[in-house]
Amino acid sequence: MNPELGNFALALACCLAAGQAILPLVGASRRDSRLMALAPALAVGQMLALATAFACLIHAAITNDFSVQNVAANSAVSKPLLYKITGVWGNHEGSVLLWALILSVCGGAVALFGRNLPSALQARVIAVLGGVAAGFELFCLTTSNPFARVWPAPLDGQGMNPLLQDPGLAFHPPVLYTGYVGFAVPFAFAIAALIEGRVDAAWGRWVRPWAVAAWCFLTCGIAMGSWWSYYVLGWGGYWFWDPVENASLIPWLTGTALVHSAIVVEKREALKIWTVLLAIGTFSFSLSGTFLVRSGILNSVHAFANDPARGVFILGLLALVIGGSLLLFALRAPQLTTGGLFAPLSREGLLVLNNILLCSICAVVLTGTMYPPFMSLLFGKTISVGKPFFDATTIPLAIPLMVFMGFGPMVPWKRAQMWPVLRRLWWAACISLLALVLATFRMREILPVLATAAAVWVIMSSMADIIERLRLFRQPLAQSWQRARGLPRAVFGAAIAHAGVGITVLGIAGMSQAAHRIVEVHVGQSEMLAGDSWTLTEVHPAEGPNYTALVATIEVRHNGRLVTTLHPSKRTFASQHQTTTEVAIHTNLMADIYGVLGDKHGTDADPTYVLRLHYNPLAPWMWLGGLIMAFGGALSLSDRRVRVGAPRRAKASDMAVAR
Amino acid sequence: MKALSFRTGMMAALFCLLFAPMVAMAVDDPAEMLPDPAQEQRAEAIGAQLRCLVCQNESIEDSSADLARDLRHVVREHVAKGESDHQIMDWMVSRYGNFIRLRPPLTAGTLLLWIMPVLALCMGIGVAWWHLRRPRAVAPPLTDEERRRLSDLTRTRRE
Amino acid sequence: MSSESPSSPTRRRLLMAAPLVVAAGAGVGFWRMLSGMSHGSFDPHDIHAPVLNRPVPDFSLPDQAPGTGFSAQDLRGLKAPVLVNYFASWCIPCVAEMPVLNGLKDRLPIWGIAYKDKPEHALGFVQRAGNPYARIAADRDGLTAIDWGVSGVPETFLIGPGGVIRWHTASPITEAMIADTILPLAGSLKS
Repeated sequence: MNPELGNFALALACCLAAGQAILPLVGASRRDSRLMALAPALAVGQMLALATAFACLIHAAITNDFSVQNVAANSAVSKPLLYKITGVWGNHEGSVLLWALILSVCGGAVALFGRNLPSALQARVIAVLGGVAAGFELFCLTTSNPFARVWPAPLDGQGMNPLLQDPGLAFHPPVLYTGYVGFAVPFAFAIAALIEGRVDAAWGRWVRPWAVAAWCFLTCGIAMGSWWSYYVLGWGGYWFWDPVENASLIPWLTGTALVHSAIVVEKREALKIWTVLLAIGTFSFSLSGTFLVRSGILNSVHAFANDPARGVFILGLLALVIGGSLLLFALRAPQLTTGGLFAPLSREGLLVLNNILLCSICAVVLTGTMYPPFMSLLFGKTISVGKPFFDATTIPLAIPLMVFMGFGPMVPWKRAQMWPVLRRLWWAACISLLALVLATFRMREILPVLATAAAVWVIMSSMADIIERLRLFRQPLAQSWQRARGLPRAVFGAAIAHAGVGITVLGIAGMSQAAHRIVEVHVGQSEMLAGDSWTLTEVHPAEGPNYTALVATIEVRHNGRLVTTLHPSKRTFASQHQTTTEVAIHTNLMADIYGVLGDKHGTDADPTYVLRLHYNPLAPWMWLGGLIMAFGGALSLSDRRVRVGAPRRAKASDMAVAR
Repeated sequence: MKALSFRTGMMAALFCLLFAPMVAMAVDDPAEMLPDPAQEQRAEAIGAQLRCLVCQNESIEDSSADLARDLRHVVREHVAKGESDHQIMDWMVSRYGNFIRLRPPLTAGTLLLWIMPVLALCMGIGVAWWHLRRPRAVAPPLTDEERRRLSDLTRTRRE
Repeated sequence: MSSESPSSPTRRRLLMAAPLVVAAGAGVGFWRMLSGMSHGSFDPHDIHAPVLNRPVPDFSLPDQAPGTGFSAQDLRGLKAPVLVNYFASWCIPCVAEMPVLNGLKDRLPIWGIAYKDKPEHALGFVQRAGNPYARIAADRDGLTAIDWGVSGVPETFLIGPGGVIRWHTASPITEAMIADTILPLAGSLKS
């Protein structure tokens, strides 16, 4: 009964979305306020219908309803409750439903929080979101229906891939998807602006919070994904430059550019056409990234439901959404008025440079990802593009980006002089040079050294920016405190997000110095790595809810003092005939001590165990930096000036930023 | 299990999500490492440039697949024999083609790929420069509606 | 600058249409890839090892019961084409491929190489499936396979007279492959 209810709710959502796509658009063009007023109601209705469908699917998974094919293929009675719930989006059909649900929530959010938008703009934005949603709900219903039944129903399901049975799955996909789908809102605003033929400062002000919110989620999602593969995979790696990972990096890069160029639209009414294009491009990359990786075209370590037939439907949908919006762009963008003038050396100029560098990195990642299939298609030659290529091409572009990042927030709008800016940053530059010198002694390769110095520069110049704005150390602390309270949160948010980038890059540079050893030891034997002595003290079997395990105890000592005791294990899942390694990680925030238990060799009487030992300096900084970036974004979202509907309450503090 | 790591792994329809890699890392046999640390380091550097053929997008140093293990072994044999990096790479390419190189060679076909960083940068700067220098059309006079919006905006900013 | 003004709107228009053109090109490419994948003419997982029209690499492999082993010299001394098939008892597609090979063995001799397999497992596998092989060699450490550019099992090579590799596939042999490619090619190599 329940799955049918879910199916009905999904179909209802699809119908409501179709209505949401058409009626408000007609209303907006006819200036019919009654039709436009339908938009929020339909958006909320669609959201509720999809939420019902999703709840039905979760219910089917929890109650072990194996007559639902999706549950039978991905769940099992013995699976713990948490993974029964998270397993709902741990497969193709469920994840498409989650995707649609998040999209409908975005529509609902625009309906609820966008009441102060001009009604025609709100109606058009909701209509565009409805159109995209209708397409994906139709995709869900026709080719990937999660409610399809199977008869006769099996007694038990096939279970879930053990690698996915991890708490990370509970948070990572929803957060990442929210990031991807969140960019649908700036996209919808861009389309609405193209239809209306007007982009102005107000538009920039409305778009930016949505873009920042989506960017925060995407940043968190990528950081969590990288961390997940770090501890699930068990070889100390954190980024493969794999197509699936690149598919999330590409919209992140253009989304970062969008967040910055929207500032220029808001403050100076310049870069309008470019910002519209970025809004379209970011969502287009989100869409094509998540869906092309499911078509089987791209070779990935992350396996997917590879089904060319499904791919054709997706491609048609992408052609409609992306092709349609770019066609509209080609037709309407030339009529948009161009904006304010500025000198090359100005805040705008640096933001343009930021956009150029971010988009160049994006172009490199995109080309590297798509080159092999196109080479194979056009010339019949196979090549591979992997980590050595991406490292060699993206880092040299990222380092100048970080150098300019330090100057950006300090440079005034319209026209600037170099000298006053340099004067305020001299100490940050000195510390970065010091970091450069120190790094040359510690690291052998040139790129990590430069990256370290650039990262230190970004962190120091962000601090310099805040210190300068607070007039810290140049006037009594009480006055600085007064200034701090008057300063908009967006200023702190930007500085924190920039510092987060620096912290992430420091982590990456630190990881380039990681050390590892593979050893085969008896119980009681010690091995040295990076100045620590690692002793395997015992190995014992253990029993889990749906697996059996072998758990090792490794004591790590530094100069005889116990640093930590690690318990890496190896799990065998009987239902899938698969083993997974459970990594043990100890962190002191400056480095990770990372142990993996490998194969058992030797005889039962005298066994030896293979261990993989890693010492990963600054590893936690990579993900910490990502979280700090997202926190900075969230902080600037809480700024009352960006809250849609509160522009009038903005106070003199505005001037501090407009300066 | 062994068979799964080969092509059959792709045939078994495994459904999974974005960041969930399908290849669990197995710990290697320390016996396959070279006794000389300098040589071992060289072998690892070469291995990091070679793509695992069965598991996609991982280097043979990172992969747990059987074939990757064999190739690691071959690389170490050649390093121990004193061959240069170049010779070893050629040996691999003559067997598996450019597919095995994670860093594609610079050829006519990969030229676009390799010049992309410079090309993208130049195109970006070029377009930006063109827009900055472009003579601007005189803006049409503001409509009353626009005038009202403008005064709204300037008021909020100056308040 | 003034000479630029008239062309400027057109150029602007072209610039705005550029994203659409790029996206359309990518879309057509993806569509051709997808249709190629469903027809089998495009396989993103194919390595395309550069073995075609090369003499077989030097090797000499021992016997694998119930057949006898062979070496590069044996293949180079041949006057008629032969199919060399890498297989393993632990490989599921190899099981599926056996009936097809058995149907072919009377029209074209097939020589098998057991890849990284225990001798007794390979023997059991061949006996269970019905032996399609005229000769069977054992590549226990898998190193000869690397010389052949093999990336997994099953993998099949058509060897022309003089021991030159004339055709190669990394997927299981199908009836269609035999009828459309292997037999016509083998026929042309004989004459």
